[in-house]
Amino acid sequence: MPAEIYLNVAISGLLTGLVYGLMALGLSVIFGVVRVVNFAHGEMMTIAMYLAVALFASFKLDPLLMLLPIAGVLFLLGYAMQNWLITPFINRPEHAQFMLLIAVAIIMVNGLLIVFGPDAQNVQTSYSFDSFAIGPLIIDATKVYAGLAAIVVAAALFAFFKFSLTGKAIRACADNYTGALVVGLDVRRLYALTFGLGAACVGAAGAILVLIIDVTPPLGPAFTLLAFIIVIVGGLGSMPGALLGGVLIGVTEALAGLLFTPSAKSMFAFAILVLVLLFRPEGIMGKRAS
Amino acid sequence: MMGRLTQGVPRRILIALAVLLAVLLLAPWVANDYVLTVLILILYFAYTGQAWNIMMGFAGQLSLGHALYVGLGAYTTAALYVHFGVSPWLGLPVAIVIAAMAGAFIGYLAFRFGVTGVYFAILTIAFCEFARIGFDHFRWVSGSSGFFLPVANYTRNDLWNLRGSPAMFYYVMLALTVVAFLICHWLLRSRIGYFWQAIREDEMAAKTLGIDTFRYKMIAVVISASMTSVAGMFFAFYYNNLFPEQVFHISRSIELILGPIIGGIGTLFGPIIGAIVLTGLAESIFELLSALGWTPPGARQVFYGVCLLIVVMLLPDGIWPPLARKLGLDKSRDKTER
Repeated sequence: MPAEIYLNVAISGLLTGLVYGLMALGLSVIFGVVRVVNFAHGEMMTIAMYLAVALFASFKLDPLLMLLPIAGVLFLLGYAMQNWLITPFINRPEHAQFMLLIAVAIIMVNGLLIVFGPDAQNVQTSYSFDSFAIGPLIIDATKVYAGLAAIVVAAALFAFFKFSLTGKAIRACADNYTGALVVGLDVRRLYALTFGLGAACVGAAGAILVLIIDVTPPLGPAFTLLAFIIVIVGGLGSMPGALLGGVLIGVTEALAGLLFTPSAKSMFAFAILVLVLLFRPEGIMGKRAS
Repeated sequence: MMGRLTQGVPRRILIALAVLLAVLLLAPWVANDYVLTVLILILYFAYTGQAWNIMMGFAGQLSLGHALYVGLGAYTTAALYVHFGVSPWLGLPVAIVIAAMAGAFIGYLAFRFGVTGVYFAILTIAFCEFARIGFDHFRWVSGSSGFFLPVANYTRNDLWNLRGSPAMFYYVMLALTVVAFLICHWLLRSRIGYFWQAIREDEMAAKTLGIDTFRYKMIAVVISASMTSVAGMFFAFYYNNLFPEQVFHISRSIELILGPIIGGIGTLFGPIIGAIVLTGLAESIFELLSALGWTPPGARQVFYGVCLLIVVMLLPDGIWPPLARKLGLDKSRDKTER
């Protein structure tokens, strides 16, 4: 095989990986602040993907244009979930939170199955088959748009947490829960806001990902697992880590699919996870908790 | 032996258990095939729940990948039977050793490097998924196209090769469940059981008291994995087909741990009550929906999820602890409420 093929596949994996990273960023933000592991994360992703598919099928609306409205819908969903469902579970043991979110995930997956059926659905845009040729490299235009959109959304989130007052308040909650209460922050509302923002990330990622991947209901649990792997590899609670982890996993899976059989590609993601857990349990960019 | 086992257990509990066992022993004579199938499912989940509970309920280590041990047990016994004609009961020790080694490997990696809590849970999922994809490409057991056991006709029960009628499988599963219950009962009151509970409540404090926490956590994983692999043998010979996508799927792991969580983590009766409630719930929802004539795929699971949600929100400790308080069994020593 000529060397360009490897580079082509690696770049395609990198672009897909950025979208994975955006999805994982949502999980990381939620865990970093609310300290709840969102076991329904991938399921929320499939909800966003189906929203994009439905909007495209009914009104021919391009998923990239629908990115913000879909992110908004998911924000409301996340806000509501945190405010009414998860708040009473904040001080409960991990396994209780896990059970709650598993129940939510089961309802979501099968709700989608009832509404949309088991068949794979996708979106065919006018630029589906376009590509850019740079020297010997041929890059899928859809993936370039997808990767760029993911970077823009992630940058917006970074800016929000870095510069806005609310973003600073949320970081204060994450750093010191009691301290945040003492200075009079409305922690419950900020937690709901954070969960909403995490869900909005997933919503944006879902809207982007329909351009690349066909959606079926069972993708939900698979994405949840993928988001976990990425976030742990990158470092739980670290925002740049999530993006980096996404790219790393995206490139690894793409190259593994080329070198071995495509169906075995996830094994390499798990192998990376095991290596990271063994030698750097806090993740590549994470800080040691204790 | 019997004296030690029953020591300190209130008499009403013993009588209730004896009556329950008698009813279960007589069930195949009155129950039709459908009811028997449901009872087998309940016993299966009570057994696997009990095995999982050793790790989570007793020693406080959350495993979300127990389907791995079920799968290893199932594939080992089935492959030995199909390829070499080895009886499942002879294949079982091999399966137990393999599952115990897998458990020990995961435990060693995790506990040596201080991987705990959520991280440990995700490590267990990762190994189970790794096995799923690995078995998909494992030619010797036909990979993703599924591994099938020859199906015998049900004229004669062959207990040695586990070929026979549902009633035979029912009694096998009942025996396994009773043995698992007794083992857990004994473990919980043994020295090891107290060490586990100390680790579960406060690992640092347990360490300070001189408990070798690494060693006892390892023992918990190995026992739990071994017991779970026995359920795998049952699974393989009862269903006669094994697909990696189903056997090692994450929903199998979740299914298996819902019972003890709903019933009450760390209690002896929790896994049994949880299995009865969950399986009963699932079956009655199915019946209800069929009666209404509305059976789109997934409808049953949605109701299942909603019921689960309600139980989790209203009963934080599971069903058994509040029930035990109602029945006035608060002080019974076989309960270790958290």
